Amino acid sequence: MQFKTLSRLFFTFMKIGAFTFGGGYAMIPLIQREIAERRGWITDEDILDIFAIAESTPGPIAINAATFVGRRVCGLAGAFLATLGVVLPSFVIISLIAFVLRQFQDIQAVRWAFSGIRAGVLALIVKALVSMYRQCPKSGLSYAVMALALIAVAFLGINVLLVIALCAAAGLAVTLISERRGGA
Amino acid sequence: MIYLTLLWTFFKIGAFTFGGGYAMLPLIQAEVAAHNWMSGAELVNFVAVSESTPGPFAVNIATYVGAETGGIVGAVCATAGVVLPSFIIILIVAKFFDKFKNSRTVSGCMSGLRPAVVGLIASAVISVGQTVFLPWNGLAAFLASGGIFGFSLLLVFKKLHPIIVIVISGVLGIALGYAGVF
Repeated sequence: MQFKTLSRLFFTFMKIGAFTFGGGYAMIPLIQREIAERRGWITDEDILDIFAIAESTPGPIAINAATFVGRRVCGLAGAFLATLGVVLPSFVIISLIAFVLRQFQDIQAVRWAFSGIRAGVLALIVKALVSMYRQCPKSGLSYAVMALALIAVAFLGINVLLVIALCAAAGLAVTLISERRGGA
Repeated sequence: MIYLTLLWTFFKIGAFTFGGGYAMLPLIQAEVAAHNWMSGAELVNFVAVSESTPGPFAVNIATYVGAETGGIVGAVCATAGVVLPSFIIILIVAKFFDKFKNSRTVSGCMSGLRPAVVGLIASAVISVGQTVFLPWNGLAAFLASGGIFGFSLLLVFKKLHPIIVIVISGVLGIALGYAGVF
């Protein structure tokens, strides 16, 4: 019984891993269908919780969701197999690509293609910037953090890990201070 | 030794990835440049490869860099490294889920992290913009890149799928290459 559930977890998340192009929120409907509707492992409400957690913990959403659901269904072994399953398809595909991509990139036509594609990728990142900006709650603090993080990383070359940690600390400090003021 | 370096480097990347894919580009760029694993242009090329294959960008880039520098064992180490932080953190958080959900510490940190992610993506726009426009190959190539960028932007905001945008910009690149522009 246990074995059957574990293997189901593994193969279900392998399927999810194989079909989430671009990662992130694109996989929400797939998780909903496979995990909640088809298997009944979690409820739709759990899914909201999972994505709330995934947002405030590091790491790709796919990994967070797999670990969370796997643990819920089958403990540590479930968490491990679900995570392994979700990673495996991209691991195999990218390993195969790694064998050929370098040689492939030496072909003249491919180099031209990538010259165009890099400009296309820039457009994708600009789009991501716009949508993340729209989602971000606006306040004096958040404008200041946006500007300082940009300047620190792009122009001053300050270590990105340090910048992320300082931004989190600044957010925490401002929240606690304003709460104390509000409480007093 | 290379295996430990891969594991540790991608562990750091996994532990500090918030807001998905592009926000971590500056961090990945700094790390792959520091280790001489990939050039800036190769990294941007790989963003396109990753958009066109399944799986999160963080996992894909870890597997790719690992395989390139350390073969299959390298790929396993780098991928394990990038996955481990979220795996461990989710196991811990799941136990204290309600506390975590209502924690003021967490929401306080998030109020700083959300705008930080915006700043980091803006920084990625600048550095990727440099790999697109700065290698000066003449005015024609500059204008061609600008044209493809503008057209792609139009397609992206018309909500075309990223893979379609990548294919179209690639085809335009090849056509302009044969025309002698690139």
